[in-house]
Amino acid sequence: MNPTVVGLRAGVRRGGIEIRQSLVNVQDLWNYFFPNLTFLVVMFFMRDATVPGTTFSLSARTLPSVLGGGLAFGALVTMMMALTIEREDGTLLRAKAIPNGMLGYLVGKVVQVSGMTLIGSVILVIPGVLLVDGVELRGPGAWLTLLWVLVLGLVACLPIGAILGSLFANPRNVGVIMLPIMGLVATSGIFYPITTFPVWLQWIGQAFPVYWLGLGTRSALLPPELAAVEIGESWRHLETFGMLAGWAVLGLVVAPIVLRRMARRESGSSVAARKEKAMQRIN
Amino acid sequence: MTIAETPGRTSEPAGSPVEQPVLDVRDLRMRYGSTDVLTGVTFTARPGEVLALLGPNGAGKTTTIEILEGFRMRSAGEVAVLGADPAHGDERWRARLGVVLQSWRDHAKWRVRELLAHLGSYYLPYSTDQIRRPWDVDDLIDAVGLNPHAGKRIGQLSGGQRRRLDVAIGIVGRPELLFLDEPTAGFDPEARREFHDLVHRLTDLEQTTILLTTHDLDEAEKLADRILILAGGSIIADGSADQLSRRMSSEAEVKWSRDGQRFVHATTDATTFVRELFQQYGDGIADLEVRRASLEDTYMALVRDFESGRSLATLREFEEASR
Repeated sequence: MNPTVVGLRAGVRRGGIEIRQSLVNVQDLWNYFFPNLTFLVVMFFMRDATVPGTTFSLSARTLPSVLGGGLAFGALVTMMMALTIEREDGTLLRAKAIPNGMLGYLVGKVVQVSGMTLIGSVILVIPGVLLVDGVELRGPGAWLTLLWVLVLGLVACLPIGAILGSLFANPRNVGVIMLPIMGLVATSGIFYPITTFPVWLQWIGQAFPVYWLGLGTRSALLPPELAAVEIGESWRHLETFGMLAGWAVLGLVVAPIVLRRMARRESGSSVAARKEKAMQRIN
Repeated sequence: MTIAETPGRTSEPAGSPVEQPVLDVRDLRMRYGSTDVLTGVTFTARPGEVLALLGPNGAGKTTTIEILEGFRMRSAGEVAVLGADPAHGDERWRARLGVVLQSWRDHAKWRVRELLAHLGSYYLPYSTDQIRRPWDVDDLIDAVGLNPHAGKRIGQLSGGQRRRLDVAIGIVGRPELLFLDEPTAGFDPEARREFHDLVHRLTDLEQTTILLTTHDLDEAEKLADRILILAGGSIIADGSADQLSRRMSSEAEVKWSRDGQRFVHATTDATTFVRELFQQYGDGIADLEVRRASLEDTYMALVRDFESGRSLATLREFEEASR
């Protein structure tokens, strides 16, 4: 039996086990439901507002937008948090002490974070489509678009999360990066059409994958007329594919280098030192 | 110093006299910035041997063990662990090692049995005819005494139970060489006793070679075939507990009572002294007690000697420099 295949399979199993654990854990359930229920409540209250220049419901536009933006945000932040926390608590060191353990660990994280993010999406979308009108998958083309946008979006965002996660040794410092990420979501036209923002802000939004994921999910779930309020009055599928794929390639090239560097530094004494530090903060 | 077996332990495996050492460390050096932590550590371990690495805090025990585990790069020296350089050990090599880590709160949501089965599965492709990997999960849980807790979430285990789980994770791949860094820190006496029984079982049944660090000298004496004392970045003593105390030619303490009076006498030759005592007083002797120098006495003497030697050397250097 090929040890690498064994490591890969163990990783997939590991991800599955950790997804299952997240479904019976109060903290994780809260993380699944709280943000999504908040979005749904907000959408409910703005059900009478319309997209500027159209008669289309603003909340119906927001739902697919939040699906894409939330997926990007969830994948990025969950991956980042998981890596910093599990480096501090020694999970990563355990993986390092086991043959092909690092491979299994990383595959497990990808499966776990993807799964958890998609579960969050389902929790948002199912009540969402019942709540607002005009959001639907019109034909197999729309299904296909949704599929490739979600998959490519995850592949673009997970490595960025892993890179950010390996930069912070202390989970309590992650807050430093959380604010810019939230700011990025705000400038990415998730909650309000990006065309209403100043042009320089539009350029910042378009540089990152969050905007493109939101655009992609909107293109799959909204009627074609709504493309009129987007930049260039088009869903820009080619550009979406190009930008998401670009980020994915960049991430997949850089992440292994950064992760390897991070893993190399792990040892019993580095985990012990972090434990010592964390204990001091508690006392 | 030559190596001799401690009587009563049969850790000598049948094999050729020129068998490969499991650990072969020569002139290992480690320097952080301008500080030398290890200034030339040399020792070997044969298959099935249990080595205890003792030394004051900051002597470099953990650094040494982490270099051997392949978790830390060394500055200089030659190191072979199971015949390979740990700095370039591959996954096959990794599968033959066991590392017992001091866990804290990792895998808190996992159940004991679930985690052991998962971590064990990575070892399956490294199973050989001689060594079946991984250890059967139920047997392993039984061996470390976690049977009543097999279905518990790891976050709910007590400190002692967690340490047993740490040991179980360390040995789930049936390692040929096991590293234990302060394995019983924070154990109560009962847990400590159970842990010692487990280590004896490992070395007797599995022929596992073990390198452990500890501050508990009693533990070192109980578990180890050979004791290495690390001080000032190098090994200052290497031998069985008996050899070390003989090397220090420390005195034994003889206590007895005669006519209701208690006596204490220190001697380097307790046997002769006691024989003469009986020849002289015969039945008059009661409450006889002979206490050899404990490992603790020997250890303290060795480290003290070493430190005063070092301060003498410093003094000499100073005198030479000021001349």
